[in-house]
Amino acid sequence: MPLTNRSKTVTVRELTLAERLYLPAIFKGMLITISHIFKRTPTIRYPETKREFAPVYRGQHVLKRDEDGAERCTACGLCAVACPAEAIIMESAERKKGEENLYREEKYASIYEINMLRCIFCGLCEEACPKEAIFLTDRIVPSSFTRGEEVFGKNILVEPIDQRVDVSKRQTPEVLEFKHDKKHSHNRTFKDPKPTISRGH
Amino acid sequence: MSLSPELIYSILLCVIIFTISLAVAAYATWGERKFAAILQDRVGPSRAGPFGLLQPLADGVKMFMKEEMIPSKSNKWLFILGPSLFMLTACMVSVVIPWGGNLTIGETTFPLQITDINIGILYMFGVVSMGIYGIMIGGWASNNKYSLLGALRASSQMISYEIAMGLAIIALVMLTGSLSLKEIVAQQDAGLAFVVYQPLGFLIFIICSFAETNRAPFDLAECESELVGGYHTEYSSMKLGLFLFAEYINMFISSAVMATLYFGGYNFPFQHELADAIGLSANGLTILQTVIFFGKVIGFILLFMWVRWTLPRFRYDQLMNLGWKVLLPLAIANIFITGLVMYFLGKLD
Repeated sequence: MPLTNRSKTVTVRELTLAERLYLPAIFKGMLITISHIFKRTPTIRYPETKREFAPVYRGQHVLKRDEDGAERCTACGLCAVACPAEAIIMESAERKKGEENLYREEKYASIYEINMLRCIFCGLCEEACPKEAIFLTDRIVPSSFTRGEEVFGKNILVEPIDQRVDVSKRQTPEVLEFKHDKKHSHNRTFKDPKPTISRGH
Repeated sequence: MSLSPELIYSILLCVIIFTISLAVAAYATWGERKFAAILQDRVGPSRAGPFGLLQPLADGVKMFMKEEMIPSKSNKWLFILGPSLFMLTACMVSVVIPWGGNLTIGETTFPLQITDINIGILYMFGVVSMGIYGIMIGGWASNNKYSLLGALRASSQMISYEIAMGLAIIALVMLTGSLSLKEIVAQQDAGLAFVVYQPLGFLIFIICSFAETNRAPFDLAECESELVGGYHTEYSSMKLGLFLFAEYINMFISSAVMATLYFGGYNFPFQHELADAIGLSANGLTILQTVIFFGKVIGFILLFMWVRWTLPRFRYDQLMNLGWKVLLPLAIANIFITGLVMYFLGKLD
């Protein structure tokens, strides 16, 4: 019994003269190819025009500053723990007197490096961060000639004071709420209770 | 030997036609890529200059900058001779092709044809069949199995298809009674283009042209999926460039031959009426005819490309079957039919 009515009965029969000549088939094929002259190319010529990204696109990371321009990161290491690709390393240091305008809390990251070749842009670092310090942005990680150049340090990652990176698309109130309720987290350990509320909104 | 104006003109014409062949072949590579891109909904070369028009230049520079490799176990002289011979024979056919009528400057007439030998077609066939040696020598001298297989395929394919091609031409020669290309073109001025009288002959000729130039769907000689690069596997730098470039010159020349033999050469319909109507001088008409001729040639080149980007490659036995079992009998039948029709129309002398 046929499951669908799409099946076709195949028979082996002698080819007709027109089929054996091949020429009608060739002309048919050539008409198909030539019809593509009138079709639009879907190519996006990258540096001149850019593809429009989805609002939740995860690209190059940024280390945010707070409203006064002090770095938010406290080098707690949660992002490095959360990172499945082990792309993040950091070293912490203690804030000295007089550096209050530079670092938000008493501890800060003196070295913070993300290896962009290891990073899989999953966004778990962003989710793990309790200080709203690290975000993924809609910027494409630039290519480089050496592997070393792809290890981004604080000089690249921390946003410049005068050129703040807009992360409002990713940091919506819903996302904040989601992050603060650890029951929703992807990053929970087995000891945590299973999420009772359905994920998302 | 003194330098007569005729000699200087001949040399000048040789240089001009050689340059035009190279330029057309260079831009055929650009055109091929652009055409393929359009048929495949891509953009194609677009970075080097406007619309990528400087791409052939960039390709040439790239070829020259590549490392020159001669395999240590190869025969060095034959290895170099291969591409040179292929390129040479590719350029040699253009000598007999009439690119236009006569230019009259003062008292002297300058024909836009390097030489009108009375066995033009025979010369053409002789030179074309020499082209095999370039591939054969190159492939054999490489001392590489793929190269040898590619060269063998190319040479047997070209020999097979030359027969059908020659027989297709014989039917045409029966109509014209002349082997001179200029005479053939002149007869098409008086009557209709020969494609009207010889549609089957033209079909056989064009199929054989695809095979002779090693173009898809008959490009088994450089069948990447089986033979790496075919006869030019071991070649690098500009020697590879010469092989690839000569293919495009061959394509240009065989387009010119097809336009000459079957599509009226530099003639176009109602040319004399048009010249009378807009008061064109004889020289003006000649130049217009040359432009039209190049239009026809470019049309055929586009057809070559169109076919290449439509049809898949033949299998080798299919290729041989088509050549020997289909085209050859068809060509003989064509001669027979042509002879019968000529007999019943009383065209036989």
